[in-house]
Amino acid sequence: MKRLIRTGISLEDKEIVMEDIFNGIEPQVYKSQISVPYQWWAGETASKFFITLRDEKKILGTECPQCGKVFCPPKKTCPFCYVDTKNWKEVGPKGKVITYTVVYRKLAALKKNVPVAYGLIQLAGSDNAMLHYIEGIEPEKISIGMEVEAVFSDEKNASIHAISHFRPVK
Amino acid sequence: MEAAIIGVGMTTIEKNKVGETYADLAWEAVNKALHDAGIGIDDIDNVITTSSDFWDGRTISCMAVGDASGVRYKNCSAVEGDGTFGAAYALARTLSGDYKTTLVTAHSKGSESISSIITNAAFDPIYERSLGMDMISACAMQAQAYMHATGTTSEQLALVSCKNHKNAKDNPYAQLPMDITVNDVLSSEMIADPLHKLDCSPVSDGCCAIIIANADFVKKVKAKPVWIKGVAFCSDAYFMGDRDLSKAKALEEAAKKAYSMAGITNPQKEINVAELYDAFTYQELMWLEGLGLAEYGKAGTLLEKGIFDRDGKLPVNPSGGLLSGHPVIAAGLYRIAEVVLQLRGEAGGRQVNAKRGVAHGVNGLCGQSHCVWVLDKEK
Amino acid sequence: MAKRRVAIVGTGQTHHKSHRPDVSGRELIYEAVTRALEDADLSIKNIDAIIIGNMDHFEGINYVDCWSIDGSGGYHKPVIKLTTGGTTGSTLAIGGYHFVASGMFDKVLIIGWEKNSESDTTGAITTAFDPVWDRLVFAGAISGLAVEAQSYMAKYGATDRDGARVSVRDRKHACNNPYAQLRKEVTLEEVLASPMLADPIHLLDVCPRTDGACAVIMASEDYAEKITSTPDWIWATANRHKYTYLGDVNWGELDSMAEASRDLFKKCGITEPRKQIDVIEMYQPYSFAGIIWIEDMGIVPRGKGAEYIWSGATDMGGELPINPSGGVIACNPIGATGLIRCAEAALQVMGKAEARQVPDVNFAVSTGFGGCMWTDMLLHGKKKPNL
Repeated sequence: MKRLIRTGISLEDKEIVMEDIFNGIEPQVYKSQISVPYQWWAGETASKFFITLRDEKKILGTECPQCGKVFCPPKKTCPFCYVDTKNWKEVGPKGKVITYTVVYRKLAALKKNVPVAYGLIQLAGSDNAMLHYIEGIEPEKISIGMEVEAVFSDEKNASIHAISHFRPVK
Repeated sequence: MEAAIIGVGMTTIEKNKVGETYADLAWEAVNKALHDAGIGIDDIDNVITTSSDFWDGRTISCMAVGDASGVRYKNCSAVEGDGTFGAAYALARTLSGDYKTTLVTAHSKGSESISSIITNAAFDPIYERSLGMDMISACAMQAQAYMHATGTTSEQLALVSCKNHKNAKDNPYAQLPMDITVNDVLSSEMIADPLHKLDCSPVSDGCCAIIIANADFVKKVKAKPVWIKGVAFCSDAYFMGDRDLSKAKALEEAAKKAYSMAGITNPQKEINVAELYDAFTYQELMWLEGLGLAEYGKAGTLLEKGIFDRDGKLPVNPSGGLLSGHPVIAAGLYRIAEVVLQLRGEAGGRQVNAKRGVAHGVNGLCGQSHCVWVLDKEK
Repeated sequence: MAKRRVAIVGTGQTHHKSHRPDVSGRELIYEAVTRALEDADLSIKNIDAIIIGNMDHFEGINYVDCWSIDGSGGYHKPVIKLTTGGTTGSTLAIGGYHFVASGMFDKVLIIGWEKNSESDTTGAITTAFDPVWDRLVFAGAISGLAVEAQSYMAKYGATDRDGARVSVRDRKHACNNPYAQLRKEVTLEEVLASPMLADPIHLLDVCPRTDGACAVIMASEDYAEKITSTPDWIWATANRHKYTYLGDVNWGELDSMAEASRDLFKKCGITEPRKQIDVIEMYQPYSFAGIIWIEDMGIVPRGKGAEYIWSGATDMGGELPINPSGGVIACNPIGATGLIRCAEAALQVMGKAEARQVPDVNFAVSTGFGGCMWTDMLLHGKKKPNL
């Protein structure tokens, strides 16, 4: 019953210490990276949202025919009822901060200079919240429940960056 | 449920195991688990490895540890996610009747990658990813929501860190045993408001292995079995904006199911020890409440009263938890192994008095998906 | 044998294509799942747990089990991710079987998917190999398959014409499958004249890159017979994932298939697979495997694979039709591919395979292939297995 994996290294009652036989060997480290180019198909639902955002500076959500929830960012399907959403609804551009954080250490995924404030923003007329930046306010003054509005980007950009950020409603 | 854990093996958790490959770590953990169970690899009839292609920087990451986990002549499979989920599949295979003993491994070497970039890849590429968030900043938003909803304070969060790092001093496997004060935590670097550096778990390397056996096999070995009484997992909605981040609804459901399997009606009285997925300080409190081990919003106050200390009424993370060592994919399996040691009375300096314990693991951002294990000394 | 009987009660697939820009990955998954639910006449509320899988670096999404919830229907349900490379789809099926057999869940939804159009498939596959030893000197999947074919040809004297014959078969079969991506007959000469990718593999010998998803619903005996009058019973599963390094493979013979099939057939009392099995859906990513792996499976003796293929025995209407769906050469959304084999085998047993139906199927085998020459297998039957 006590035989170990097929090399037959005996464990007995002491722990295996591989280092014993590798004393004095300097561990080598190989550096590399996985760099695979990606192109994500946004699909028809997100495409319509981004194109409308870019061309008309309007924020659209989709409505679930069953529970009536309006989603922004829009979804093709309602995760709660598991049916196709049906109607497009214009939402925002005002909304409120559901929660937020201010990032002070520039971590590797972040391309902006810190501090960067993120918020989950529930847009007026929407039942869920959208992740985005909060700017135009000192970070310490951001609070949950605060009213904000979308600031559209000047760049012609059919992506989430067609909204530059959210700022406090004056 | 007629299955038990008959062996556990852990490598030490370290910042950078530069001298060892994934396979070396698995080899060590597997051999320790076999030794612990008093059996050989030929007594194992199937294997589940748990790994992540992203964290390992390798497509088909399970390939790296197959040989070291003894899969070559056996049926096997591979789970991606936390080790508690790997163990859940291993349990299913054991209970299916097709197999008598399932070996489970889970490994991670955070030192080999950059966690901010790896966790940024968990964000939706179409709506969110380019905003540059990662696990820490997302969890900071959750901490903010939780504190706002419950009135939990930064001082209470800091106390979790003090407790767990102190507990780690008696855990020979832990990476960060230390004595720190609330003030040390609060004056450590603010990474993402409200999370200070000492509110966050470290980057770690480690591998854990456990052996699950059916009741017939348990009779044949000398090992001290720890019985699996309830296991359940549950996922919440994906987008953070679709969830109430201040509550752990999916955990509540998983816990409810696991307790019902185990015949537990009052977890606060019937659970004697908990090893939870405290990747950040606030999570220990939130998960305690999600698990029904504290009233919603009250975990911080109970913590201040010492309830969750090692000599308290319900010791939580007596091992030091993830805050004292966080090999991502393996972290939940370490929690199971720690509870097993506690219930067998073999936890050394970190031993508490316990008959029944709960172990817990998490997948995804801000605790989207949870796995709960109820373990018992007795069948 | 298992403690509870397990059956497939519904399947759903997308119409597989090279590019699906009209949907995101999540939306693609939703299509397959809703079709499977419709097939079984169930709603998502009836599903107890979800098992999902793909290969991370094809879409670059970490924690796919979490990310896919809107599409999978996993909101407030147990969701788990299994992944084993090319074998992922069959691994998922084997996982579904165990979760139901164990008694942990009664009705499990299994989802395999891939959007291979979203990345560089070969670039992503290359990262499967050991970063210190193999990755620096080896690329993609085709080179490994070419090594296998060359080794086999050297041992048994097969030719590239033999390989081409398999490709002609599968591409012809695919014309009967409305879900297949490539539905066009080819001739032997066209295969041999197509560009050489890695000697002896021509372009028309190998699988394409595909966007697609497949969903399968498994249920315990109690539920299965209420859901459908023609459940596809899973008799047993077996697999071998033997190798970690390329140099360890016994090239020219697929040992993992030989061992897994021995294990599988032993569990079910199959002693003469060629006679007892009525149809095989084989994860056969390139033509030569169609010759080699039936030998490993014990269908024909070593070195006799080509002769058996040329006899027409594996064509529709033959003794043992292989890949009535057209198989992987006609369609390969990698994380779904193994599960599509399982779903297609289920359709054959359930008598729902329409134009690609093989008559009177009592036993079907589905397989998965991947990793470093790994094999997964399931045996499907019309009658209930013994417990």
